[in-house]
Amino acid sequence: MASPGEADVNVSHVEKKKKPPARYWQEPQDRERGGNKDGGRPEQQEKQQTHKAKKRKRDEQSRDGKKVISGKSDPFLGPAPVPKDKLQKFKRQDKIQKPRRPHYRLKDIITRSEAASEMAQKQAARFDLLLPEDAGFLEGDEDEDTCMISQEDIADAVDITSGAKYFNLKLSQFGPYRLDYSRTGRHLLLGGRRGHVACVDWQSKQLMCEINVMESINDVKWLHTEHMYAVAQKKWLYIYDSNGIELHCIRTFNDILRMQFLPYHFLLATASATGFLQYLDVSVGKEVAAISTKTGRLDVMCQNPHNAVVHLGHPNGTVTLWSPNQKEALVKMLCHQGGVRSVAVDKTGTYMITSGMDKKMKVFDVRAFKPLRSYFLPAGASCLSLSQRGLLSAATGDIVQVYRDVWSTPVTKPYMAHRVRGLVWGLHFCPFEDVLGVGHGEGFTSMLVPGAGEPNFDGLDANPYRSAKQRQEWEVKALLEKIQPELITLDPTELAQVDRTTFEQRHRDRVEALGFDPLAKEKFVPKFKKKGRSSAGGVERRKKQVAHEDQRVSSYFQGSRQRRPLR
Amino acid sequence: MARVSRKNGNKNKLKGRCSVPLVGLGDQQLLYEEEEVSIDRVEEDIISSEEDEVEHERKRQKLLEGISTLGGKRKRAQGERSEAAVHMSEFSVNTDGGPGKVKLSDLIGSLEKSPAVPAKSRQQLKNLQRIKKTINSPLSKEETERIQRDMAFQKAASEVSRWDSIITQNQRAEQLLFPLSQEPAGPRPVERLVAGWNVQTPLEQEIFALLSANKQPFTDPILTPAEEASVRAMSLEEAKIRRAELQKARALQSYYEAKARRDRKIKSKKYHKVQIKAKRKEFLKHFEQMAKTDPAAALQELNKMELARMQERMSLKHQNSSKWAKSKAIMAKYDEEARKAMQQQLEMNRQLTQKLVTPLNDDYEQEEGDAGETDLLLDFVNDAVDGRDASNPWMKGKLTEEPTQKQLNDMTTEAAQVVSTVAAEEEELEAEETEEEALLREFDSNRRLHQAQESDIAGGVFLEEMTEDRAAAEDSEASDCLSEFTITSRGREKSFKDTEVFNCADFTDGSAQLDERLVRIRTVEDLELLHHDSSAEPRHPPTAKDPPSEEKHMGKSKKKKGIELKEVLTKETNVIKVPLTPTVTDSDDAESKLDQRELIKEAFAGDDVISSFLKDKRRQEDEGKPKVIDLTLPGWGEWGGMGLKPPKRKRKRFRVKSAPPPPRKDQHLPSVIISEKRNTSLSLHQVHSLPFPFEDHGQFESCIRSPLGRTWNTEETVKKWCHQTPEFGSPSWGPSLVPWLRRNC
Repeated sequence: MASPGEADVNVSHVEKKKKPPARYWQEPQDRERGGNKDGGRPEQQEKQQTHKAKKRKRDEQSRDGKKVISGKSDPFLGPAPVPKDKLQKFKRQDKIQKPRRPHYRLKDIITRSEAASEMAQKQAARFDLLLPEDAGFLEGDEDEDTCMISQEDIADAVDITSGAKYFNLKLSQFGPYRLDYSRTGRHLLLGGRRGHVACVDWQSKQLMCEINVMESINDVKWLHTEHMYAVAQKKWLYIYDSNGIELHCIRTFNDILRMQFLPYHFLLATASATGFLQYLDVSVGKEVAAISTKTGRLDVMCQNPHNAVVHLGHPNGTVTLWSPNQKEALVKMLCHQGGVRSVAVDKTGTYMITSGMDKKMKVFDVRAFKPLRSYFLPAGASCLSLSQRGLLSAATGDIVQVYRDVWSTPVTKPYMAHRVRGLVWGLHFCPFEDVLGVGHGEGFTSMLVPGAGEPNFDGLDANPYRSAKQRQEWEVKALLEKIQPELITLDPTELAQVDRTTFEQRHRDRVEALGFDPLAKEKFVPKFKKKGRSSAGGVERRKKQVAHEDQRVSSYFQGSRQRRPLR
Repeated sequence: MARVSRKNGNKNKLKGRCSVPLVGLGDQQLLYEEEEVSIDRVEEDIISSEEDEVEHERKRQKLLEGISTLGGKRKRAQGERSEAAVHMSEFSVNTDGGPGKVKLSDLIGSLEKSPAVPAKSRQQLKNLQRIKKTINSPLSKEETERIQRDMAFQKAASEVSRWDSIITQNQRAEQLLFPLSQEPAGPRPVERLVAGWNVQTPLEQEIFALLSANKQPFTDPILTPAEEASVRAMSLEEAKIRRAELQKARALQSYYEAKARRDRKIKSKKYHKVQIKAKRKEFLKHFEQMAKTDPAAALQELNKMELARMQERMSLKHQNSSKWAKSKAIMAKYDEEARKAMQQQLEMNRQLTQKLVTPLNDDYEQEEGDAGETDLLLDFVNDAVDGRDASNPWMKGKLTEEPTQKQLNDMTTEAAQVVSTVAAEEEELEAEETEEEALLREFDSNRRLHQAQESDIAGGVFLEEMTEDRAAAEDSEASDCLSEFTITSRGREKSFKDTEVFNCADFTDGSAQLDERLVRIRTVEDLELLHHDSSAEPRHPPTAKDPPSEEKHMGKSKKKKGIELKEVLTKETNVIKVPLTPTVTDSDDAESKLDQRELIKEAFAGDDVISSFLKDKRRQEDEGKPKVIDLTLPGWGEWGGMGLKPPKRKRKRFRVKSAPPPPRKDQHLPSVIISEKRNTSLSLHQVHSLPFPFEDHGQFESCIRSPLGRTWNTEETVKKWCHQTPEFGSPSWGPSLVPWLRRNC
């Protein structure tokens, strides 16, 4: 043990804790160890040993009964901590306070659901670690603008597979092209104004089909899989399969200028030159809704991927929001002084970007319908597109510009710029790839835009590498999980709210039927007390007390309601 | 006879007075004769010796008494004590002459003097005397019953309240899976609790190696597996109950056996005959009843009886009791042939009824005995308890079934049991006989045969009875079964009917609800219509007057409202410098023209766009506002003619303002119009009413805020919170659930 001097100093009236009783099976090992390391520093070793023994003892005490076999104590006790910002990312709503009254059943339910959502949140935050891929960005040298870097330079610098993603298709014959990428980002659909339709597996550059519909084409769109696509031709809407076979000609949809496909609802939303917004359920082939917008020609359209609301831009500078359930616009926003040329909404459904005839590009918070930023582009933007990571591409004439962080910080110059051969007619970021597809008068250009695509894909939702079998299974599951068009609302969480108006209506009916209000509080009538204690003043005082208590309780509940975010 | 009857009356009185046992009328007459005789004797014996004087005296007294009783009226002779005599007659003592009621003190008085009485009892008696309190009268029957009920209730309540914690636990549980886990709540051995204990030391290792080699339990079990099984099967209380039941069953059986033995020992042929006759009568009664109620069964019974009779006849047991045999017996005195025939028959009988070879016989006997036993014993009564036997009823923990079975047996097949017991006795007897055989083989076979015959004859009668009774028993059993079946079927029918009725009720309810709904909807529509009417009707008059008011309103609103042209689209713009200037600018000719037109439009009508939008917004707002209803009637209550304006006071009074609508969502957004229309398609899918325990919308909404599906959650979360649908196995809890609860208390 320690030296005798020390022992003298440490003498106290409390006895030292007893050593654990020596075991016969322990001794030989100790002896062996002692024998082996006798040559070393015995003092230190002993000290260490005592230290260890103490530690172990403490450990034993702390973990009542659980025996520590050997080794060091775990420095990382308990579950791994989850960073707060990630927790915040997966937060659904604020907690609600439990009622103060002893209502055990309600308390149980609330605690249970709280525990469930907390666990869900924590788990989601924890497993967010498993998505390690990060989007990188182009970084220029000192006094070098990233927008001056040409596509050729980028393609040379990057690896060969990525470099192969920069290419041009020279299709000058059939006029400016519109394009669409499939949801997985593997397939590209090109629709030339003069009737040329081609679908390409663009990564392998494999042509799936190429046809000429012998009519002018206004828009092309993939449907839920890469086996079907819709083409808005001069008169009707046609649906072809990937072999170029015409599957349907839908005559109820005429003069269509723009289309959007809502993937989770299996709805094809079309905007026509006659001012009609129509919804086609592609899973059952039924027209869900046909809304007369009464705003003339509709050639600006986009969808909000967050809530499946369709945004339409109008020549009078307004953008209107539509759902198939309402015959009038959900929201009408005045965005530009001139006509609206293009609209785009980001993936989270937070920001809407519009460009108008007044050569301005504006950023709106589409949840609060408030303008955030306004930019002046010298030539205006004819086409807009937002990538999964929030890069904005805008086309002015034959120049394609890409902007970073349009909404958070005021931008003065583009992140990237590229000149294409002809007038830009269609712009689209490729999902899960750092690629921007540009359809123009002279064909198609696939641009490299570093940091555009989402690096982590959800294999169960849109898997770029899925096999045919996986696709089939996904299709079945997606059909099973199809969301009904009635559920399209501005606020997707509205479904989880109690329908208050109906509740009140029903309550009124009930009151009428019963002849009294079952939920009403009884009016407080002070009890008559004797011995002069029921004087007018006393009665008033008692009434006030009760009223105060009621107000306190109700304010508590109202406060709890208000604490929730308003939206 | 009249005299006799009078005497009888007298006798009764006499009986009341003295305790001479008088049995019958005949005896009384005898007594009187005796008295007369005794009188004669007295006369004769006067001269006899003086030693008998005392006796004479007594007799005389008796005689006098007898004579006095003859005198009709009851007169007690006062005991006279004229002379001092050695012998006092105890009969002459009476209470008439006493001072009155006897008191306790009178009786106790002598205690004081007698030294034999112990001091303690003396003290007690003293205390008794001192205490004047009257003892409380016993409680009335109702009260005692009430108290007993109370006590029983308390006991039952305490017993039942043991389940309370479990009930609340189950009530609060999120999900219950059946069958509920039957973890015994009793004390558990430490070994089971400490899971992470493992072998550490070499000694331990050795020990465990040894144990495992010999297939011994590692842990130190408090109970062996078999014991554990038994404990699990039954609690102490239950075992006690069961033992008591078994004891009772055994006692009853022994009583029954003893009774049967006693009955059997009765030698009186007449008694047996009476018994048999009574049984037969009973059976006949039963049969008649059955013939009334169930003719088919009765016919069957009849057939059975016939068969039994035939069998009996064929067994040739009645060697000389048949009609023919009797007639022959009479004839045999005089007729040679008859005698021969009779002897022939006897010979035949002897041959037929002779016992067969022993081994076969033994087997038969054993069989019979077994059958008897099985009939007699209620299989479990005399079973030896084997703790390890799985098929042991003790281990099974079945308690309620067998006793009920037994009772049922007792109830229904008593007769059969009688027969079976008798058979068992017979068997016993025969066993004795066989023993005798073994011992006394040299005894002549004739005698043995004779014995056998006798027993056979006796048994024959029994057999008849037995068959009948058995048949009856069987029948009764069958009928019982049948009745049970009918009951169950009836029950089913009833339940079926119930369900039908229920369904009907449901249907009716549903229809009622539907009706109600329809009515409601109608009423709602009506309401709406009414609203329309009410809103439409008053609109008409004010139309003429609306423009000025509206204008005013507009003016006011213009003043009030903050949305100005200046405020719309006033975000300052950042100018972006694009390094590349577009060379091609919307080059297509037609489009360029259009664009130019647009450009011109834009240049001149920027304000126009905004103002038109604002107009649109204002219109929408006005549409949403409730209209002011003007109910003034121009000229009503006024002097005047055409073109009279109602005074301001009236206009104010008769203008009905409805409550202002809730503030619009786009109240503070100048360049946004948000539709205030309700989304009815979504409301079909929303929750309309607050589920039970929730008091607030917020609570409920926050409870359902996070989705639980696989799309939004990790697998672990889904597994934790999305329970599988429970599989409802057969509930294996019944009697076995109770013991584990009872054991720990």
